[in-house]
Amino acid sequence: MTNPFSDITQDVEVILIVGSNPEEAHPVLGTKIRRAVREGAKLIVVDPRKIGLAKDAEIHLQLKPGTNVAFANGMMHVIIEDGLANREFIEARTEGYEELAKIVKDYTPEKVAEICGIDAEDLRRAAHLYAKADRAPLMYCLGVTEHSTGTEGVMSLSNLAMLVGKIGRSGCGVNPIRGQNNVQGACDMGCLPGDYPGYQKVNKPEAREAFEKAWGVPLNEKPGLTSTQVPHAVEEGKIKGLFIFGEDPIRTDPDIGHIKRMLEGLDFLVVQELFLTETAKYADVVLPGVSYAEKEGTFTNSERRVQRVRKAVEPTGEARADTEIFTDLMNRMGYEQPCLTPSEIMREVASLTPSYAGISHSRLDAGETLHWPCKDESDGGTAILHQDVFARGLGYFYPATYMPSAEIADKEYPITMITGRMMYHYNAGAMTQRTEGLNLLAPASYVEMHETDAEALGVQSGDRVRVASRRGEIETTARVAQKVKPGEVFMTFHFEDGNANHLTNAATDEFAKVPEFKVTAVKVEKV
Amino acid sequence: MNEKTGNTIKLTIDGRSCEVERGTKLMQACESLGIELPTLCYLKGVAPDGSCRMCVVEVEGGRKGGLPTACTEECAEGMVVHTRSERVVEARRFVLDLLLSNHVQTCFSCARNGSCKLQDYCLEYGVEKSSYPVGKHPHLGLADDSNPFYEFNPEKCIMCRRCARTCAELQGREVLSISQRGAQTFVSPAYDLPRGEEASRCESCGNCVSNCPTGALSSKDQKKHYRAYEVSKTRTTCPHCAVGCQFDLLVKNGRVVGVDPADGPTNGGLLCVKGKFGSYKFIHASDRLKKPLIKREGKFEEASWDEALDLVAEKLSLIKKEHGADAIAGFSCSRSPNEDNYLFQKMMRAAVGTNNVDNCARV
Repeated sequence: MTNPFSDITQDVEVILIVGSNPEEAHPVLGTKIRRAVREGAKLIVVDPRKIGLAKDAEIHLQLKPGTNVAFANGMMHVIIEDGLANREFIEARTEGYEELAKIVKDYTPEKVAEICGIDAEDLRRAAHLYAKADRAPLMYCLGVTEHSTGTEGVMSLSNLAMLVGKIGRSGCGVNPIRGQNNVQGACDMGCLPGDYPGYQKVNKPEAREAFEKAWGVPLNEKPGLTSTQVPHAVEEGKIKGLFIFGEDPIRTDPDIGHIKRMLEGLDFLVVQELFLTETAKYADVVLPGVSYAEKEGTFTNSERRVQRVRKAVEPTGEARADTEIFTDLMNRMGYEQPCLTPSEIMREVASLTPSYAGISHSRLDAGETLHWPCKDESDGGTAILHQDVFARGLGYFYPATYMPSAEIADKEYPITMITGRMMYHYNAGAMTQRTEGLNLLAPASYVEMHETDAEALGVQSGDRVRVASRRGEIETTARVAQKVKPGEVFMTFHFEDGNANHLTNAATDEFAKVPEFKVTAVKVEKV
Repeated sequence: MNEKTGNTIKLTIDGRSCEVERGTKLMQACESLGIELPTLCYLKGVAPDGSCRMCVVEVEGGRKGGLPTACTEECAEGMVVHTRSERVVEARRFVLDLLLSNHVQTCFSCARNGSCKLQDYCLEYGVEKSSYPVGKHPHLGLADDSNPFYEFNPEKCIMCRRCARTCAELQGREVLSISQRGAQTFVSPAYDLPRGEEASRCESCGNCVSNCPTGALSSKDQKKHYRAYEVSKTRTTCPHCAVGCQFDLLVKNGRVVGVDPADGPTNGGLLCVKGKFGSYKFIHASDRLKKPLIKREGKFEEASWDEALDLVAEKLSLIKKEHGADAIAGFSCSRSPNEDNYLFQKMMRAAVGTNNVDNCARV
C-alpha cells in the first residue's frame, strides 16, 4: 500500500475499491470503511458479487470476472475524453502518457459496458466521481491480482490513479490490501526467487556481491522458480527435493490433483508445521515449528508497517523456534551460521536491506511505529510512498489491453466460478478450524449461486450439488441468493470437504506467476 | 482580544486553574489536569452519552442544580468546578445505589469478577448493597447465550449503551439497539433475534464484549477459564490478515486463554472475530506436532531432533551433489515473522545454494 489505513479511511471523499471484500477478508478495515461511509465518504465498489459493502456504495459496478483491465481502461477513457485528467501531474511526474491515451481511446463506455457486463452510464458516473474528488484512495485486493492478466490489472489501476494525480499524497494512493499477516514481510525478506531482501535482484552483480560478502559464500546468480512453477519442474524431473515451511499447498494452491502429483513425484520432502496438515502427510520428515505466540519477531502489515510479535508462552512439547531449526540445518549442511536471537537477525536484515536499515526491535519496543522505507536510526519511516518522486523516477504508464481469462465458460462448463475468503476462516484453516465456535458459525464448504441458475437446476438453498471443472469435481452445499450474477458461482477454499481448489486452474499470470483463482469454468448439478 | 470572544477559556477545577479550547467538555479539561473521573458509559471516539451519570461534577452556580455530567458539559469562562465534593460523592453513591437495585450480584460466578467497573466503583464509593427494595426483575428470562463466543445477561446490564454505540458507531454494523421503554428497556438485535443467529447480522467481533463495563456481555472462555486478575498480558500482532491489529494475549498458567484488543495504529481498540476469539485455541490444540517425525515404510515415527535434522541435511546434500542445488526448492511461510523468513531464504541461498525460494504471496 502506498498509504496507511488511517489515512485512506478518514476524511476522504470517495473510496474506489476493486476486487476486494474487506468486510470478510480484512474485517477491521471493512469496519473502518463502513465508518468512512457513515461520515460521508462515497463508495465505488467494483466487484462481481454483491458484497456487503455494495449496499453502502454510491455505485456498484458488478463486473464480469476477469475484466478489470477493460474496466480501468474505460475509466481512463472517460477521464481523458471529459477533460478530467490531471495534466500538471502527468507532465511533471510521469512518462508514457501518449501511448496509454492511444490504447484507452478504444475503450468507450459502451464497449467496456459490453465486455464487463455493466451499464455504460454507471461507468461514466464512477469515472467522474473518482476523478473529481480531491481525496480518493484506490484500494484493491486479490480480485485484481489472481487472474492470468493480474499484472496488467494492477498496472491499469496504477495508471488510473496517476492519470488523476491521486498518488503520493494523503488520502489517496494505490493500495493493494495484502492477504496474509506477513505476506508483505515474507516478500520484503527475500523469500522470492529473483530477489534478495529488500527486492535487491539476484541477477544484479552489485547486489549479489554485497550478499556474498556478508554471508561469506559465493551465491547462485540464476533467478529461481516461483512456487507455482515448482510443480511443473517436479514433473519434468528438475526438482527433486522440497522444503515447505508453514504452507499447505494441497489446501491453498490451484488444481489439487496437480499439487498431489508434485508431492508424490519428489525424492525428498520436508515440512515444518504446527500440525500434520494434508501436505505434511506427504513428507519424509516433519519438523514441529512454533506458533506466533511462542516466538519473538516482527510482522510487516499491508501498510509496510513493521510491528512486534512477542513470545507469550513456551513452545509446545519438544517444538523449537523455527529460526533455531534453520540455523541447526545450515550448520549441518556445512554453512557456518551462528545462533542469533530474532532481534540480532533483524539487525542483520537492517545491515543488508536499505529499506529496513533503520528498523530494530529496540526501536519498536520503545513504542515507535515504523513504515519502511526507513533508511537509518533517525528516520521515522515513510507512511506515504512516492510523495515527491516515484521509486523509478518518473511514474510509467504501463499500457495494457484487455485479454480474456485463460478459461472461459463454454457449453460444457457454462458457469464461471470465483473463489475467495469468508470471515470466519483464514486460508487453509489450520489456525481457525481449531476454534470450535468458528466451526459452529461456518462448518463446511458451500457454493453461492444465483436463484435463476438454481431454479433451472431445481436446486434450493441447503441442497447438495456437484461442482465440476476440467480438473476435478467436488460436492458441496448450495446457498441460493442474488449475491452472484446469473452464470457465476462463488466458493471458498478453507474447507477440506468441497475445497474449490480441486477445480481451480493452475494457469498463471505471465509476469507475477499468480494463478487464476478468480476465474474457473465449471458446471453445477444437483446430487 | 476580549477573553470571552477568544478561542480559549479559563476555569478552575479543584482549586487549580486551567485553560482549554472553546468547546472542550469538562471531562477532557479534567483529563488535562490529570484528574480521572469515574464513568461507566463514556466511550472514546464516540459522542458522549451522559447516561450513566457517574462523571457528575459540581459547578458553582451551574445548571442542573450545579451537578452536570462532565462528559457532556462544555467548559465556560470562569467556571469553578469540584470533582470530589461531598455533593458529588453523594450523587455518585446515589447512582450506584440505583444501578445495584436492578443488578444481579452473582459476582462470584461472573466472568467479569475483578474487571467490572460497577464492582470497582461500588467498592470505591462504599456501596455494598442497594438501599432500595429489589422489585421484580423485568429482564428475567431474556438472557441470550446463543452466540458461540459470548453471552448476554440483561440482569447485569446497566443501560450504558456502550455495546449498542460500539456496534453502530465503531463497528458500523448496527446490530444492537434499544428495545422497549421504561423499566422494560433492554439492548437487543432487531426483532429480539438471538445474537448467535445469522439473521441477527452479528459478526461475533466481540467489540461490544470488550467495551462492556460489567458482566452483562462476557466471553464464554473468560467465564470458564480465567479472571482478569489471574492473567498476564503480552502485547503482540494478530496472526490473521494483513491489517496488523494489535492485541494482548492473556496468559494463565503458561497457556493463552484469551485476547484483549489494544489501541493499535490500525485497529484503535477494535478486533474481528478471528482476532478476538480465533487467535488462541490453535496454540494449545491437542494435535499440535510435538516431536519431529520421520516416515519409515509409509508410516510416521517419532524421532529425536538430531536424527531428523541429520536426515534432512544428508538428503538435501545428496540431492545437491547428484543433481545440483537448483534441484532443491523451498516454500516459506507468509504467516511467520520476518526473522524466520529471512533465515529461511538465507538457508536456501547460502547453505543449499539455490534461488528456488518463494512464499505463498501468489496463492
